[in-house]
Amino acid sequence: MAEVLVLVDHVDGAVRKPTLELLTLARRIGDPVAVHLGPGAEAAATVLAEHGAVRVLAADAPEFTDYLVVPKVDALQAAAAAVSPAAVLVASSAEGKEIAARLALRLDSGIITDATDLVAGDDGPVATQSVFAAAFTTRSRVSRGVPVITVKPNSAPVETAPAAGTVEPLAVTFGELATGTKIVARTPRQSTGRPDLTEAAIVVSGGRGVNGAENFSVIEALADSLGAAVGASRAAVDAGWYPHANQVGQTGKSVSPQLYIANGISGAIQHRAGMQTSKTIVAVNKDAEAPIFDLVDYGVVGDLFQVVPQLTEEVKARKG
Amino acid sequence: MSLRIVVAVKYVPDATGDRHFADDLTTDRDAVDGLLSELDEYAVEQALQIAGAADDAEITVLTVGPEDAKDALRKALSMGADKAVHVEDDALHGTDVIGTSLVLAKAIEHVGYDLVVTGMASTDGTAGVVPALIAERLGIPQVTLLSEVAVTDGKVTGRRDGDAASEQLEASLPALVSVTDQSGEARYPSFKGIMAAKKKPVEALDLSDLGIDASDVGLGGAWTAVQDATQRPPRTAGTIVKDEGEGGKQLAAYLAEQKFI
Repeated sequence: MAEVLVLVDHVDGAVRKPTLELLTLARRIGDPVAVHLGPGAEAAATVLAEHGAVRVLAADAPEFTDYLVVPKVDALQAAAAAVSPAAVLVASSAEGKEIAARLALRLDSGIITDATDLVAGDDGPVATQSVFAAAFTTRSRVSRGVPVITVKPNSAPVETAPAAGTVEPLAVTFGELATGTKIVARTPRQSTGRPDLTEAAIVVSGGRGVNGAENFSVIEALADSLGAAVGASRAAVDAGWYPHANQVGQTGKSVSPQLYIANGISGAIQHRAGMQTSKTIVAVNKDAEAPIFDLVDYGVVGDLFQVVPQLTEEVKARKG
Repeated sequence: MSLRIVVAVKYVPDATGDRHFADDLTTDRDAVDGLLSELDEYAVEQALQIAGAADDAEITVLTVGPEDAKDALRKALSMGADKAVHVEDDALHGTDVIGTSLVLAKAIEHVGYDLVVTGMASTDGTAGVVPALIAERLGIPQVTLLSEVAVTDGKVTGRRDGDAASEQLEASLPALVSVTDQSGEARYPSFKGIMAAKKKPVEALDLSDLGIDASDVGLGGAWTAVQDATQRPPRTAGTIVKDEGEGGKQLAAYLAEQKFI
């Protein structure tokens, strides 16, 4: 069976969930071969093997942490040359998409970004995408070269499928461009203890109706009762009430959780673009005419400062 | 020595309109009015600020697109860009991101540059890969997704706010920069700017001017193929209740019924 390269997204060997989802999708097309760049390959290999990686190609070098994007492209290109894969899968993070784009060009191959599903087809993998603010669903394939496909988080289940997962060193020669953009300082984002926005099963968001940074505690309390991530509309972010990293929408994150709870969000097209593919959508808004209510499975017309705390208390009570 | 800045912008269908696919599964550009992609306004703004901080700088705004795409150039010129380049060719219809990056890279080389500035993504395709593709083709550093940018002494520095960390980046010119919507509000064109834009030069180029073979672009030259596009079915109307004191409890009951709690 043909091999499929999966770029591992990890923090010092702690593999992030979207990579495990990629392994599920890779097995539909062939035998997953994970590419681990940076420290922690041995630790990562255990998890990767449990989820179906037949091999783990590992390379570590300071270039991966000291310079932007290109060193990882050099490494993935070396892996592609070593493996002759049927496809290359990368998680649809900002960096993942940039790596995939440059790799595709080097492999003389087409690229599909932000796939929400992937199946084997007669002429190679067929990717589903959600376009025009999720108003349309398309199915596409790469018609030239090795399909390079980036996949959105939450697009596939995480499944265990034990495989060998043998760690093999990957030889990488860095090109001249690899050291073009230096990362001179890195400030890790402070952990809130909440799940990552794009990976969370439940997202609780606040918008203009939250009416102030201090009031976001109401949204956070509901999120914490549900074990959810916190999102914010662009209006709330632009007003400085919540960090940009939490923005859901066209210019922020695109999320696709099992449950999305929109509070005080009218549902402008820019916001809908980022959350419309959520499985179940719930909204609380005092304006009965708000367009968000066109999307919901369940909506409450009312004051979020009455409804949300009551909901939070009820969730806590039910969870006991 | 003048700093040559090229800003690549896109003319896109208005996202608030009812966007559709044409029969050949390309974007139906007649369905909705077009405009300068909002995310590219941030690129124009940052280019203007970089130029303002330089001793001597010239900003060329570049777009690839149909006749109407001139509107996007006019907007950028009225904001303060100095001149414009419009690549227009019937063979470009249906070009994918790989082909688009080829045309942009060739046009940028044609103009001559020290710094290329783009938005983080277009508001129609939203892939966000064209900036990286241009940098790869030009063989220059990519300093992308910046929320803050500055150019001094032949170096570009900027801040990239990622999910896990905020990174301070540095590269030597020539380089490509892409900026996010957090980089700073884009200015509105003044009346004077709008009047001045009418007199600014717009150079028209086609594929032959750039030495590009028509078979490398367009729908035929695309390296990806869209098989089908289906409109998302409208969501079945949900249950909507008015809060009369028990709204939170009712919502909790719904969530429990759906097994979320």
